[in-house]
Amino acid sequence: MLDESYYRKTDEIISRYVRDSRSLIPIMQDIQAEYRYLPPELLSYVAGQIGITEAKAYSVATFYENFSFEAKGKYVIKVCDGTACHVRHSTPVLNTLRNELGLSEKQHTTEDMMFTVETVSCLGACGLAPAIMVNEQVYPAMTPEKATALIEDLRRKG
Amino acid sequence: MGTITINGKKVEFTNEKNVLTIIRKAGIEVPTLCYQPELSVFGACRLCTVEDDRGRCFAACSEEPRDGMVIFTHTERLRKHRKLIIELLLAAHCRDCTTCDKHGKCTLQRLAYQHGINTIRFDNHRADMPADFSSPAIVRDPNKCILCGNCIRVCNEIQGVGVLGFAHRGTDAMVSPAFERPMSATNCVACGQCRVVCPTGALTIHHNMSEVWHALLDPNTRVVAQIAPAVRVAVGEAFGLPKGENAMGKIVAALHRMGFDEVFDTTYTADLTIMEESKEFLDRVGKGEKLPLLTSCCPAWVKFVENEYPEFKQNISTCRSPQQMFSAILKEYYRDPAHADGKKTFVVSIMPCTAKKMEAERPDAHTFGEKDTDIVLTTTELIRMFDAHGVNFETMPSEACDMPFGIGSGGGVIFGATGGVTEAVLRRLTEGHDPATLKAIAASGVRGDQGIKEITIPYNGMDVKICVASGLANARKVLESVKSGEKEYHFIEVMACPGGCVMGGGQPTDGTRVQRAKTRTRGLYAADGEMVIKKSNENPLMDVFYNGYFKDKVHALLHNHQD
Repeated sequence: MLDESYYRKTDEIISRYVRDSRSLIPIMQDIQAEYRYLPPELLSYVAGQIGITEAKAYSVATFYENFSFEAKGKYVIKVCDGTACHVRHSTPVLNTLRNELGLSEKQHTTEDMMFTVETVSCLGACGLAPAIMVNEQVYPAMTPEKATALIEDLRRKG
Repeated sequence: MGTITINGKKVEFTNEKNVLTIIRKAGIEVPTLCYQPELSVFGACRLCTVEDDRGRCFAACSEEPRDGMVIFTHTERLRKHRKLIIELLLAAHCRDCTTCDKHGKCTLQRLAYQHGINTIRFDNHRADMPADFSSPAIVRDPNKCILCGNCIRVCNEIQGVGVLGFAHRGTDAMVSPAFERPMSATNCVACGQCRVVCPTGALTIHHNMSEVWHALLDPNTRVVAQIAPAVRVAVGEAFGLPKGENAMGKIVAALHRMGFDEVFDTTYTADLTIMEESKEFLDRVGKGEKLPLLTSCCPAWVKFVENEYPEFKQNISTCRSPQQMFSAILKEYYRDPAHADGKKTFVVSIMPCTAKKMEAERPDAHTFGEKDTDIVLTTTELIRMFDAHGVNFETMPSEACDMPFGIGSGGGVIFGATGGVTEAVLRRLTEGHDPATLKAIAASGVRGDQGIKEITIPYNGMDVKICVASGLANARKVLESVKSGEKEYHFIEVMACPGGCVMGGGQPTDGTRVQRAKTRTRGLYAADGEMVIKKSNENPLMDVFYNGYFKDKVHALLHNHQD
């Protein structure tokens, strides 16, 4: 069970929309924007509030890669592995980030909840390949060295 | 309105919604996996694809009929197309046919055989997933799922419960409850309708046959059976009897030969249910409280109210279901050392229903500290056990049930059809038992396959308003209308499965739904017609029960003690 404040916040988010099945995706997006992930308890809560089944809400939430049921770190690093970035050596960048942070293909978030590293299929910034994104900020023409420096930088900022 | 030419033959149509219905009406069989006439059209399996005179291919299930259409259903191109679909489905499908519970009844298996597929060209890259045995009623094996979505649609559209949904995407897509919870941790009411529409072995009955074989072998155990009304009209078909024929006598005889010590008829406790529920009803009407009275015979319905309408919980009759009454009585009877004969008693309840398996496991399914029903067998399992025991149904003589609980009334028999409980209550409350009175009750609107029926009956100077619903989505509509104040009823009968217990989740699924419902319902009313005793209160065993051995334990045996 989540803290009461989560449900109050969710009520506030739901109140921005029509209480109907069509509001599910915008509500989920707002919750994820608030908490950087979609707490499963809140998905069930939203389903009840807008009158759809939990199974239906789960179906939608798992269909889109964008929704995550796991809490993410303070810095969410999206490494582009689209065609352009891939051929311009995004894999070494990804490996460096994972090594630096002790993460793997299975574990995406550091235990101190500071960093999450995930791959995305295209950031739409192919001209800047290989690109990565940290939260809303794009970093172009990445190299393993630049990645190491970036992590150090973010760690210093805390 | 118009005419379609199918394989060169002109076929007229009126208001059919899709081309497939017209094709089937013309007596032509086109295979389908995801099409169920009573559900919304999904159009996923593409097996019903047909070709028109211009070479255009389309799925017949989702094509609106147009006057003058010229279609072909079995061209070489379509045969190849269907074969490829089946091969692709098999590519990601579990291949353990011999140990599958759906063996011989599986649509996918039948289609593969028909199309002569004896090797599968593609490797199976789907990782093995664990099957879910957590529900006492239904086993879900994702490895056998072809994603036709029938279970999802029946659970949502017909039952209004919505436990299952598609999860994930692409090659990871699967049918699952929310958050991939085990079935036992969901709002599943165990009605088993998902298993009825599943074309493969992905959803099957959680069977308990081995426990029964084991008990039958133990010389120190008395194995007693009770048989629900709807079972008798669904067994014969599997052994070559006409569809819907009442095979009760043969079932009793076969059970005796298998080693059951005593065989009883659940109609006996259906009669007790009528006695108790009528009394409770008149009591509540007199006091004007806890109305409408909701029937309690169907455990899926009871679970549905507990899950989704807790405010109506106190309206549910405190009567146990006929299954639970009978098991409690049997256990109590043999608890007496004079009756026990040094043996322990094992109660097997033979039901058309998967939810009864769940009911038997409920905490309130115990009396005097002992579990009432040991094992629930569905009709489907019973047929399998008859087959395994080499029962020759054709030459099997008929035998009567055993005493002292072997008599039931016609009112008890019709419990198996929607409206039956209400009709039996009306028989009980109406004076006289002449054919004209009984006919008038039958014609009052209680019979018929409509999902929601309303009847008003004058009784003691008041108009008694009754509602009969089957299918939980219909039941939800009824409860919502009561909640909003739009409707007012004194009595509501609900059976979770559309059509009542004859269409239960544990029944055989051969043939079409409409045909099954029609023949079995007709069979039950015919069985009622043959009974000498029509009214529950005229069952001579009622007096024996209330004034004899069980005199002081009536309430403890027949009622649940609600908090």
